[in-house]
Amino acid sequence: MGTGNRGSGVRHVVLRGGRVLDPSQNLDGVGDLVLADGKIENFWRAGDTTYGDDYEVIDCSGLVVAPGFIDVHCHLREPGREDVETIATGARAAAVGGFTAVCAMPNTQPVTDNQAAVGFVLRQGQAANAARVHPIGAISLGQEGNSLAEFGEMVAAGAVAVSDDGRPVASAHLMRTALEYARTFGIPVADHCEEPTLAAGGAMNEGLVSTRLGLKGIPSEAEEIMVIRDILLARRTGGHIHLCHMSTKGSVELIRWGKERGIRVTAEACPHHLSLTEDAVEGYNTNAKMNPPLRTEADVEAVREAVRDGTIDLVATDHAPHHYDEKEREFSDAPNGIVGLETALAVVNTWLVKPGIIDLATLVDRMSVSPARTFNLPGGSLRRGSVADVTIFDGTREWKVDPGQFVSKGRNSPYGGHILQGRVMCTIVGGKIVHQATG
Amino acid sequence: MTTPLGKDLLALEPLTPEQIRLILDTAEPFKEISERVIKKVPTLRGSTIVNLFFEASTRTRVSFEFAEKRLSADTVNVAASGSSVSKGETLVDTARNLEAMRIDMVVIRHSASGAAQFLAERIESNVINAGDGTHEHPTQGLLDLLTLRDRFGSLEGRRVCICGDVLHSRVARSNIWGLKKMGAIVGVCGPRSLLPNAIAELGVEVFDRIEAAIEWAEALNVLRLQLERMQAGYIPSLREYNRVFGVTLERLERAPRDVLILHPGPMNRGVEIDSAVADGPHSVILDQVTNGVAVRMAVLYLLAGGAPELADAAKGGSDR
Repeated sequence: MGTGNRGSGVRHVVLRGGRVLDPSQNLDGVGDLVLADGKIENFWRAGDTTYGDDYEVIDCSGLVVAPGFIDVHCHLREPGREDVETIATGARAAAVGGFTAVCAMPNTQPVTDNQAAVGFVLRQGQAANAARVHPIGAISLGQEGNSLAEFGEMVAAGAVAVSDDGRPVASAHLMRTALEYARTFGIPVADHCEEPTLAAGGAMNEGLVSTRLGLKGIPSEAEEIMVIRDILLARRTGGHIHLCHMSTKGSVELIRWGKERGIRVTAEACPHHLSLTEDAVEGYNTNAKMNPPLRTEADVEAVREAVRDGTIDLVATDHAPHHYDEKEREFSDAPNGIVGLETALAVVNTWLVKPGIIDLATLVDRMSVSPARTFNLPGGSLRRGSVADVTIFDGTREWKVDPGQFVSKGRNSPYGGHILQGRVMCTIVGGKIVHQATG
Repeated sequence: MTTPLGKDLLALEPLTPEQIRLILDTAEPFKEISERVIKKVPTLRGSTIVNLFFEASTRTRVSFEFAEKRLSADTVNVAASGSSVSKGETLVDTARNLEAMRIDMVVIRHSASGAAQFLAERIESNVINAGDGTHEHPTQGLLDLLTLRDRFGSLEGRRVCICGDVLHSRVARSNIWGLKKMGAIVGVCGPRSLLPNAIAELGVEVFDRIEAAIEWAEALNVLRLQLERMQAGYIPSLREYNRVFGVTLERLERAPRDVLILHPGPMNRGVEIDSAVADGPHSVILDQVTNGVAVRMAVLYLLAGGAPELADAAKGGSDR
């Protein structure tokens, strides 16, 4: 891929000759996509394009041109743990992974639970000049599960959702109130489903592997009990519950139950829960430790099927960088979480598209169109007039994951050394190139 | 140096039946050393061994120390309290510092499952797992096998039941793997709240009633019931535990055969086991302790590169 003559003040970009894939308008055709003044201007079937000499041309032949990916769930660690990630490094890692926008979870230090903190995340994100950063505000003050944070002011300051992610909302009453109050402002409540007394002290999925390794298990029911509790509370309140990082077969069945009844429930799955099982923990691999934990093959299959049929609406990374020292220790003491922004496309492509479970259009839907719709965000479409957030990728290119090369400060990936298929070649935010692959 | 056991002894699960048999066979000649007046042979002279105990232990540490000293190794004991560990040093730093002192072997006891493997992957010295969390305690498993083999001749087809808190027991896991590899049929018995949910998938029989277990088994390995399990709500009371699951003389007398009694210690007399049983004619609890030293000598010898066929000669000395 090369860029053409870029004169000063060029504001028009032509993405030439790619396979333009936009499920938001059922578009799948080879041609040229024209961006102008930060918006999508037009799509021309191959050969029909007319554009002036001052247009910047990017050759996309052989590549997929899609609405920019949106990650509704990542941890950028700023403020508080700038040693493991900053909003700038996280937003750049997102761009490398083809994400044109990410939602930053509020479990920072201090917690993003007020309008000033939300404004800080927004400003740091704008300064990063990479993927857009949308703040998520806390549900409860300090994420302590006691009293509601000021949703109204946080939304006015730019928050797109509320969540106590990292911690469950143990009180059913508080969750009920949060759903009702969030409804007032038209935002989803992003729900970390974990029944805390069942999950206490757990380090991995409860089952044969945890029994063999002598690690305390987290049963599937710790997730599923909260899934059904909060689906029922959404039914009661009419609020929008968004279930984060779904990992079990049982959860999928409960979501299906809720959707069949018209309850406002949406759900996400993470690339790791779509690709790896509890077997990855073997040898006490702390880069396979996350919460919820990796589950069994039957769970992975059910979650994949749910992504295919739309029971699970979207894919989100739960990108969670940790310091090397924190992961380099006894398994039970290591923190939960892995980085995911820079491998998400390749993992979903390798484990879901390649074996034919979903097609590329479904991948683009689950990683772009659906997240935009679910969280009511700009982007997620290549329609004329939409923001010019575009991801250009090569679905066939293989590459070997080397965490040492990540733009994120985090190196904690279970995919190190894996050969994956699918590489982001170019990421465009608001008409500007924020990432371009070299070589 | 590659030995028939590899670099480390971390668990019984990955061992082959041949490797386990090799350790037990090697332990046989070492038993005799402890019966001598001068209980020392020069086999490991010049080797330095660190006993790194992050958890309190008397029996296992002393047993390892005797095994090391009777083989003439130089030993250092490091306990978690009073060491740099209590100052917040990480396990990996502790390991690197030990390595820098050019030690030959580390015997590690740690409260985290996987700690021994963690250490073994980061240092070149041989690592022996002396108990890691609720994972494994391989030398305990081996000494239990040796004790059973002494009595039964062969373990093939023998029925052994592990009784008590299997959920939190590293002894149970090492026993299950070791016994199965040696051809024994393994049962477990205890309150379901103290058995792993997936226990049957390990290929063991599960008994809800201790009476049924006693009727079935030829040997019982009675696990210690940690008092904190009651506080954590796994069982309602020690009193009821004794009444429902206690191995009592009365229950044993109803058994269709003599049942061999093992216990890894330390015992809670009157809780999981009655004194009359622990001190009774079918108890081999003190034989276990004696065999513990021999098994650990065998493991040290084999990991140090000793040839199994020379174990008898390695006893050396002229003080026979």
